Amino acid sequence: MKKVIMGNHAVSYGVRASEAKVISAYPITPQTHVVELLSEMCANGEIDAKFIKVESEHSAMAACVGAAAAGSRTFTATSSQGLLLMHEMLHWAVGARLPIVLANINRAVGPPWSIWTDQNDSLSQRDVGWLQIYCESNQETQDTIPQAFKVAEELQMPVMIVMDAFFLSHTFEIVDILEAQEVRKFLPPYHPDIKIDINDPHSFGNLASPEHYMELRYMIQEAMEKAVGLIKKVDGEFQKQFGRGYGLIHPYRCADAEIILVTSGTVASTARAVIDEMRDEGVKIGALKVRVFRPFPFEEIFEVLSRAKKVAVIDRNISFGGHGIFFQEIKSALYGRTDVPILGYIAGLGGRDITPGVIRQIAEQAITDKNPHRYINWIGVKT
Amino acid sequence: MKPAKMPLEELMSSGHLACQGCGATQAMRFALKVLGPKTVLAIPACCWSVIDGSFPNSCIDLPIYHTAFETAAVVASGLKAGLEMRGDTESTVMAWAGDGGTFDIGLQALSGAAERNEDIIYVCYDNEAYMNTGIQRSSSTPVGAWTTTTPVTNFKKRPKKNMVEIMAAHSIPYIATASTAYPEDFMRKMQIAKETRGTKYIQILAPCPTGWKAPPELSVSLARRAVTSKIYPILEITRNGQKLKVWKDFKPTPVRDYLLAQGRFRHLKDAEIKTIEREVEDNWQRLLAKEKMLESIPGFGE
Repeated sequence: MKKVIMGNHAVSYGVRASEAKVISAYPITPQTHVVELLSEMCANGEIDAKFIKVESEHSAMAACVGAAAAGSRTFTATSSQGLLLMHEMLHWAVGARLPIVLANINRAVGPPWSIWTDQNDSLSQRDVGWLQIYCESNQETQDTIPQAFKVAEELQMPVMIVMDAFFLSHTFEIVDILEAQEVRKFLPPYHPDIKIDINDPHSFGNLASPEHYMELRYMIQEAMEKAVGLIKKVDGEFQKQFGRGYGLIHPYRCADAEIILVTSGTVASTARAVIDEMRDEGVKIGALKVRVFRPFPFEEIFEVLSRAKKVAVIDRNISFGGHGIFFQEIKSALYGRTDVPILGYIAGLGGRDITPGVIRQIAEQAITDKNPHRYINWIGVKT
Repeated sequence: MKPAKMPLEELMSSGHLACQGCGATQAMRFALKVLGPKTVLAIPACCWSVIDGSFPNSCIDLPIYHTAFETAAVVASGLKAGLEMRGDTESTVMAWAGDGGTFDIGLQALSGAAERNEDIIYVCYDNEAYMNTGIQRSSSTPVGAWTTTTPVTNFKKRPKKNMVEIMAAHSIPYIATASTAYPEDFMRKMQIAKETRGTKYIQILAPCPTGWKAPPELSVSLARRAVTSKIYPILEITRNGQKLKVWKDFKPTPVRDYLLAQGRFRHLKDAEIKTIEREVEDNWQRLLAKEKMLESIPGFGE
């Protein structure tokens, strides 16, 4: 059945279809609709789940840790400050190898207070070990939830689904709603082998000496490397059953492109409209959307970008003292294998609109720029 | 003295990593004798993160979930929810935390769990300082005490936080204090906690000879004298915080003797000890007055 729903509710419908058993969350703008609808679904029996209404995001993630350790499928959602407050427990979920799924609605971090979108909240969690998938439409967001659970449970790794505040969270789009009985064939009920179980008592997470700790970290990296292929495989299975697939990356008119714009989130759709316009004008330009940020699909990205003459990365984020964060990752994907110049553009922080005009400005600037080492270009900043 | 009656069943084995005379270890052994094999533990950062043993060993024959410092109550809530959704509605989930993880860093999560009335037992083994990190003051450290962050030249000037009153303000079905010197009393309270639905908070005084600067063989004696000197009242709060019962059936012993038996108080001057004695008596009288006051409310006394 198709419905016109907001991005936040697309998350809720994805969770309903995935039959999560324990949900725990704390309110924060712009995420709140996700859990409002879920608590309604729990209350009216649409989902058979327990909803733990905690007193902080730190506790939301801790409750998910406990519930997932006990062997139940768990979900939470948050934004910005809330995600930052969870930071310690994000690490815990990884070290404990718990397949928790979290939806983060990208919101700029304070101060000053901002409720609008940028990616510094999720990207500053880059190194905790969560898989990160950036979505650009409500349909993709809904569909990515069951995909995320499937990947998470097979790898025993947590997955974060990321979407832009307001540009997606509060935007209404047509979504083909997933139903649990259909999804069950794709994502069977969760029955982990290793769990808290009174019939098979173990101590989880107790002190590990230097003799053991490093191997556990090695295994997390192994799982991450395995995740690249697994996400692709699971996406393929989803496509086979539901007719929609999204890939690790999404190249658009890149095959013969001399310049490629790299984007993520909702900017990807805007960029495609600009690409079409500029193609009509005879510019050989393409766009590459990076959907999966962790694990970073180095090979797939190299394949696409190494054919271009120039790459321009649009970052709605910044690593202060470094560069745009996607820029850095793209650069390391190409390092030593090609001398294609990579230019970095910082735009749209704190929810400033990245319009077709802004993207065109970036493209034109990149085309004419003779300096191959201009790693930071601030777009539209008033100085 | 007659021997304590307790179940022979042992869910804790020898080979644990506690110091000699550790009250926290005695408390765990007594608690598990009552709770039995259908029990799951959540343990935050505290002495018990170490006492349990290092991977792959554990001295407890039960599922244990070690978790971050401030999350005992909420991880226990999550475990309970996760087990129930998996069809295990029977297991008791117990959060087992020290005073730092309860009075300080874990207070918010504990308050949240209590307000939701999560069906968990929360035990705080109270050794009155951050002992695992090497004896730093917590908000449970009593007035007058030396710790490594309250040196004798600037010993702790503020009273111990009244955690029991805070928990009583949450309208939860069962609250009790206990002492390792009275294992039968503690085990009776654990039995009540096991049979009561909702959030149960039990705070047991668990001497730390290492941190209290006292010989290990005085562990039980100090746990007893803390009670008989009225410093650590043994009580139960039932009916969602409305009924208070204070244990008074003991021969009082001097506060001074309790303090001077421990190195952590030995720097105190006579006048300082007298001030503490007065405060202890004031607190005791206030507690008895409260017990009486609650009894006098129509319908709550019986």
